[in-house]
Amino acid sequence: MSKRSNEPIVWSLFGAGGVVVAFSMPVFILITGIAVPLGIVSEDVISYERLAGFAGSWFGKLFLLVIISLPLWQSVHRIFLSLHDFGITGGEIFFRVVLYGAALWGTLLPLFLLVGM
Amino acid sequence: MSTRKPYVRPMTGWWLKNPVYILYILRESTAVFVGIYAVILLVGLIRLSSGEAAWNNWLAAMQNPGAVLFHIVALCAAVYHAITWFSVAPKVMPPVWINNEKVPVEKIVTGQYILAGIIYLVLLGLILWG
Repeated sequence: MSKRSNEPIVWSLFGAGGVVVAFSMPVFILITGIAVPLGIVSEDVISYERLAGFAGSWFGKLFLLVIISLPLWQSVHRIFLSLHDFGITGGEIFFRVVLYGAALWGTLLPLFLLVGM
Repeated sequence: MSTRKPYVRPMTGWWLKNPVYILYILRESTAVFVGIYAVILLVGLIRLSSGEAAWNNWLAAMQNPGAVLFHIVALCAAVYHAITWFSVAPKVMPPVWINNEKVPVEKIVTGQYILAGIIYLVLLGLILWG
């Protein structure tokens, strides 16, 4: 069998991640990183009770996995392709393992955590 | 071993030489902020799974002025990602046909802005009043 490229899989995750980032991430950053910490919005909107309840539902588990994992794949793929632009031309296998490994870890760990919640 | 030392044109700072290259590097750099924010969310999930006290520590850490500053920059990066993503999407996806007519690129871009606006409002509504 000829050697197949894993590019389509990685690109699909990158593409899906890019869509998730574009259509949702600004709202999450605004709420969790700016509005709640500055007291513009009550802390109740992301209280332990509310989020633990959300993570307890199957829809909530899937939702949280999608918004954590897919942006990571988008990020590492883009960083990997940009290495060359910053003069890093060697160590391709090393960077593949580190970057895609991080994204895989950032998929399996939330999956494991969410299933147990 | 060869002692030959060929001249290699230095490429440092190549992207500063043309505004288009700067925008390209800016677009690619958004990935760093997206990645860091995803890790912050992941840490939040780890804290959430450890219980209420751990989650409240995460909430307190988010109030650090450095963290707020990071999130303001990350918000700009996410919005810039969205803008560039919407403009590239029609170029990488198969053409859309309606009534045997190809939907023009500008309409697909505008459509994505409208869709994004609706999704942002729905998400905000669900988070704030859901």
